[in-house]
Amino acid sequence: MASVQDVLSGNRLSLARLLSQIENDTSAGRAALSDLFPHTGNAHLIGVTGAPGTGKSSLVNQLAHYYRHPPENLSPKSVAIVAIDPSSPFSGGAVLGDRVRMRDLAGDPGVFIRSMASRGSLGGLARTTSGVVQAFDATGYEVVLIETVGAGQAEVDIARLAHTTLVVEAPGLGDDIQAIKAGILEIADILVVNKADRPGVENTERALRNMLNLAHPIKRVYRHHGTLEVVPSAIAVPTESESIWIPAIQKTVATDGTGIQELGDLITQHKEHLENTGDWESRERTRLSAELDDLLHAALVSCWEDTLPAGRYQEVFDQLIERVISPRQAVNALLNGTQDK
Amino acid sequence: MSKTERKIRVLIAKPGLDGHDRGAKVVARALRDAGMEVIYTGLRQTPEMIAEAALQEDVDVVGLSILSGAHMALAPRVIELLKSNGQEHVKIFLGGIIPNEDVIKLQEIGVTGIYGPGTLTTQIVSDVRMGVLGEVNN
Repeated sequence: MASVQDVLSGNRLSLARLLSQIENDTSAGRAALSDLFPHTGNAHLIGVTGAPGTGKSSLVNQLAHYYRHPPENLSPKSVAIVAIDPSSPFSGGAVLGDRVRMRDLAGDPGVFIRSMASRGSLGGLARTTSGVVQAFDATGYEVVLIETVGAGQAEVDIARLAHTTLVVEAPGLGDDIQAIKAGILEIADILVVNKADRPGVENTERALRNMLNLAHPIKRVYRHHGTLEVVPSAIAVPTESESIWIPAIQKTVATDGTGIQELGDLITQHKEHLENTGDWESRERTRLSAELDDLLHAALVSCWEDTLPAGRYQEVFDQLIERVISPRQAVNALLNGTQDK
Repeated sequence: MSKTERKIRVLIAKPGLDGHDRGAKVVARALRDAGMEVIYTGLRQTPEMIAEAALQEDVDVVGLSILSGAHMALAPRVIELLKSNGQEHVKIFLGGIIPNEDVIKLQEIGVTGIYGPGTLTTQIVSDVRMGVLGEVNN
């Protein structure tokens, strides 16, 4: 078994094996994560989500390329990519095909790509994705790009894990009603309209911009007979001192790199915004508190299972099936032996 | 899906220059339906790209699909790179058009299974299970 020291010293095989231990939630994996935890908290975690086929993998490929070969005033950053694809609900198997779009990154020792299957998790990530990301963070990868399962409307776990969340849209996927529904669009720090060379891109961009204007009213400036005129908004307009981040919209063509540098600049701006406003820390707090709660729940359940007499669960369940007791009464019976309520 | 179940991870790759990936996709699908996690790399991979992907993904098995006739150049190179990366435990399977005289040579250098046209996918699934777990359970 690979030691944590090997992993921290940059041994890629040790890291790869550790990631498997974490993914399989073995005791060795758990122990290693505890050892690695003090080294975490340095990487910029960037989530990339959106519907299947919007070009998430191609965009991740371009972004990784951007961080490896940045504009002249920036230095290259090491990049880890965690790409999640769905597991079959029937066989438990999976085809993980995100690497197909990431050929350009092969041979670069500053890039590490790991594919994960969702293994029954429904929020767009796998249950152990957070652990895998922590391992990359501890190993010193400066940017971790997390690509979710192709997401529909409600797979929003990524917003809890990432510092900066990109929601990828493409022309022709929905109208302005889709754009005001709750869910995935709400979690975007940056909205990316990919495939911007396709027809209909103006409509997609307009629907998204209208959606944002409903949530973040801005001062409107109309040209009236050639003079500038500021029309006061009906809703209170936040002043700049409140420094609210209004999600940016960026058009890209991931297959040829159009708009990628602008997107990279926006991501940097968002990171600076988080750091300047204290949102970086509050996001970390939210994330770690959620992780603590999840682990605590799992641990409490397993503690309780250990104390349950053999056959008791089945006994109560049989009563439930015969409708002698209600589901709520069954819970009470299992937790404290009574069937009240 | 039980928590303790050992997931077999397989890399399916097409080294070299031929563009015929239907076989690779059929095998990927069959392994998926057998409950394995299949990482598909796509066409025109170099042996270096394949070995790097196998390392990053910590796979148990590498399946190569070669229909170009270059198997005697490509397969040994992949095996050599896996070994030099410390992944000598990874099992290599090969699919494609492989002449009989080459089959023996490839088995000698460590290719676990070689599959030509007409092979049943169930055969490949059970060979992969046997190769990785040392047992076949359905």
